[in-house]
Amino acid sequence: MNTASLSPYILSLVTFIPLAGSLLLLVVPRRDRDIKVFALVISLLAFVASLHLPVHLHRNAAGFQFEINKQWITTPNIHYHMGIDGISVWLVVLTTFLTPLCVLISWTSIHERVKEFFILLLILETALIGVFTSLDLFLFYFFWEATLIPMALLIGMYGHGRRVYAAVKYFLFTMIASVFMLAAIIWLYSKTGSFDFVDIQNAIRSGSVENFAAAAQWLFLGFFVAFAVKVPLFPLHTWLPDAHVEAPTAGSVLLAGVLLKMGTYGLLRFNLGLFPEQARQNAWWIVTLALIGIIYGALVSLVQPNMKKLIAYSSVSHLGFVVLGTFSFTQAGLDGAVFVMLAHGVATGGLFMLAGILYERRHTYEISEFGGLATPMPKYAAYFLFVVLASVGLPLLNGFIGEFLVLSGAFQARPIYGILGATGIIWSAGYLLWMYQRVFLGVVKHDVNKTLPDLNLREKAALLPVAAIALLMGVAPILWLSSIDPAVQSALVPFAQLAAKVVGQ
Amino acid sequence: MIIATTALTHSLPALLAQAQSFTPPSGSEYMRILPELVLTVFGMIVMIADPLLDETRSHKSLGAIGLIGALAALASTYVMAQYPGTGFWNMMRVDGFSVFFHVLVIAIAAVVILSSYEYMAVQRIRAGEYYGLILFGTVGMCLMSSAIELVLIFIALEISSIATYILAGFRRREAASSESSLKYFLLGSFATAFFLYGVAMMFGATGSTNIDAIGHALASGSVTPLAYVAVALMFVGLGFKVASAPFHVWTPDVYEGAPAPIVGLMSTGPKAAAFAVLLRVLFEINAPGRFWLIWVSAALSMTLGNVGALVQDNIKRLLAYSSIAHAGYVLVAFAAQPELGTSAVMFYTAAYAAMNVGAFAVVSHFANAGEKYLTLEDYAGLGRRSPMLAAALTFFLMSLIGIPITGGFFGKFYIFSAALKANLVGLTVIGLINSAVGAYYYLRVIVMMYMREPRADVPVTPVPFATGLAIATCVLLTLYLGVLPGRVVDFASQSTRDLLVATRLGP
Repeated sequence: MNTASLSPYILSLVTFIPLAGSLLLLVVPRRDRDIKVFALVISLLAFVASLHLPVHLHRNAAGFQFEINKQWITTPNIHYHMGIDGISVWLVVLTTFLTPLCVLISWTSIHERVKEFFILLLILETALIGVFTSLDLFLFYFFWEATLIPMALLIGMYGHGRRVYAAVKYFLFTMIASVFMLAAIIWLYSKTGSFDFVDIQNAIRSGSVENFAAAAQWLFLGFFVAFAVKVPLFPLHTWLPDAHVEAPTAGSVLLAGVLLKMGTYGLLRFNLGLFPEQARQNAWWIVTLALIGIIYGALVSLVQPNMKKLIAYSSVSHLGFVVLGTFSFTQAGLDGAVFVMLAHGVATGGLFMLAGILYERRHTYEISEFGGLATPMPKYAAYFLFVVLASVGLPLLNGFIGEFLVLSGAFQARPIYGILGATGIIWSAGYLLWMYQRVFLGVVKHDVNKTLPDLNLREKAALLPVAAIALLMGVAPILWLSSIDPAVQSALVPFAQLAAKVVGQ
Repeated sequence: MIIATTALTHSLPALLAQAQSFTPPSGSEYMRILPELVLTVFGMIVMIADPLLDETRSHKSLGAIGLIGALAALASTYVMAQYPGTGFWNMMRVDGFSVFFHVLVIAIAAVVILSSYEYMAVQRIRAGEYYGLILFGTVGMCLMSSAIELVLIFIALEISSIATYILAGFRRREAASSESSLKYFLLGSFATAFFLYGVAMMFGATGSTNIDAIGHALASGSVTPLAYVAVALMFVGLGFKVASAPFHVWTPDVYEGAPAPIVGLMSTGPKAAAFAVLLRVLFEINAPGRFWLIWVSAALSMTLGNVGALVQDNIKRLLAYSSIAHAGYVLVAFAAQPELGTSAVMFYTAAYAAMNVGAFAVVSHFANAGEKYLTLEDYAGLGRRSPMLAAALTFFLMSLIGIPITGGFFGKFYIFSAALKANLVGLTVIGLINSAVGAYYYLRVIVMMYMREPRADVPVTPVPFATGLAIATCVLLTLYLGVLPGRVVDFASQSTRDLLVATRLGP
């Protein structure tokens, strides 16, 4: 097959395969079983198609690849402009990687309104991929908002006890915050006449945007608020534990695995890409918030009696690392930030899947309801330990590489950032291993737990890829970093210039 | 005195003078009011056919006549568009602008007739004049958009208003409906009186009631305080019609009592026509002192509408407050520069019409006999019991929130980008915060439909064909405006030039 001819369309293909699948799902299969198989096939298809991207990516080339740029609407000047670089390519693959696993993990836990569930899941996948591939700000906003509804519905329709509260809270937090981003986008459009990311970036760099100096700080904040809520950065994180605890397993996996990365990706791409000067000026308080998030998230995790809430707060802590790395403006810090995004997506996705498997058996997430589970469920315990260790940052597993890079970048920026950030690793070892001990080790505390069935084949099929990738990312990070590095380098160019200007003065 | 006599050539007394040397309108002038003629003829047919029908038989055939009339009128707008220019002694003008609003209000009327078709049978309302009144009301709305003579605007306003006053009271057995009708009538008459007073003042200030002439008089001479008063008074009258704050108090009560499809009409048709008039009055004559008037009214409407809607438990009242808020969004565009503002207003009224008529079509079907099921609680579990209807309502509500791929999103987008282009940062921020607040109450309805257990005591009847067609039309139009807004916007900005060129460069 001539793969070169595929290049301009491959991104659209990857993005819209799930959506097309969801439309077919609306009409074709009727039985629940067929619906699940169909959803699995579609999501695997999207995954296979997305593998084309990292395979054929020119790793050392700067700028965007696989670009497609067509006029969509003339007034306003909106283009269907998509493209990826060494950073977003992996976020796309992360999304397509996690979705089939979500389908597998929801196989038996969703009984009602099965069709709607998988339709929403696939629409969500399209929207998520679209966020990472859009290069037109309008298109980006379009996909950004499009993630909102399927996710809110997944939480609200299939979640647990306080699902409605959690869904509405999630919706309102993100919706209100993204309004500020919309205002900033419209402002940029009204001054430059374009929504194109590259055009706007060039216009800003050449200083041809009227009134930019006065508005830049507000624009920076407009984008920042929208992304900070998504990340979520302390103190805007309060929606996250609620959403996670109430969401169905697949919802939690995609929420932690991909949705949160929309925020960190946005910070990297737009806040750093469009407003380098403001990013530098505001870095001190953003880094402070990130450090507070790292430590606060970890401390709150320590005292959680609920397993899912514990994992949710650990996300606040881990995503703090990403923000810390991003706003260190160093090569190592940014490399690490991107790597942590991917590693966290895999590991935390895995943790939520494991928690979901337990919930299916016992219908509770309370840690005190378990104890000594390693005896009835040895395989489950082994997988759990593996993923916990990956998340903690054990060398040779994926968590370690990213956190190490972030911390070395933070040390370069300012030693105190590195020192405080490093405590986060200690905390995370604490809360995760302690949780592991309470759930799995010792004697079986409750009689109901004695007869719990171990993993079945389907569950193993969902967990094995997670474990394998966690190991591969830990052993051969170069496979990822070789494309992340050049992209980060070109993202840092304006910062090097800024620094040179400061020194020159 | 000299100014007065020169200006008089365009004014009403001049018409009287002309009447003595009477020159009958030419054939092409009649073509310029063809849609109005078609609507009137079909309205008459409905009225004449009504008494001939057997008392006991269904009146659905009248609805069919009404629908055919509306569709014929829609087709005749094409003919009308071939004859641009002024007519009837310079009282009305056919240009892109008026064609746009003709198509809009006639389409609204057609969809409303379609959604009333089964509604009337379910509510056991037996009255043929219902369809006739919709058509006559539409005549008034059409004339409002092509009239360039304040007196004709006033007459058109009355034609459309009186029809809607009566329509609001059609649920005769319900006290709320009579209350609605009476309240609308009393307050509405009061408001039109303000408008008429404003017209009189304007005549006093400029010596003319023709919009072109007023525009020239205001542009050339010094602006007297009288002109400011006139603009303010006319704004009060029209502000009432579009339900903008602080002239909005009637809205929730009237919308609650009136038949649901009629609320769909009232909240879009006369509103669109009143916005058209407002565009002419404010922009075409470049009305003095309009900025703060609009600014305050827009900010108030958005805020009071959204805050009011937050606490509503009745879906009709909720949508009533939401329509106040949406009037506020539209007014934001009036504060912007005329070029961008006008096309933003035109697009928004079209998008709002599509989503709101659709939403009320769903509400009117679900309300059932006697409009019993209107509280939010009644919508619990609708997503499971009537998936298509719930999906359609969700889509309309998402459009009202302003989520992408809906017409509502682009509507808001054009308005706020026009406002930012005019550096109206304050108003834009108020608007955006408001649309975020607004998300909450629309979301409440969606949450009810999808995330609550269904209630057995609320009946769900299958959607009849006509209602389904009406809803599907609205969904498709909302989607079309949300995915490919280009054509409509291009047409709107082209018509904007028509509107503005008329005074700036015209004779």
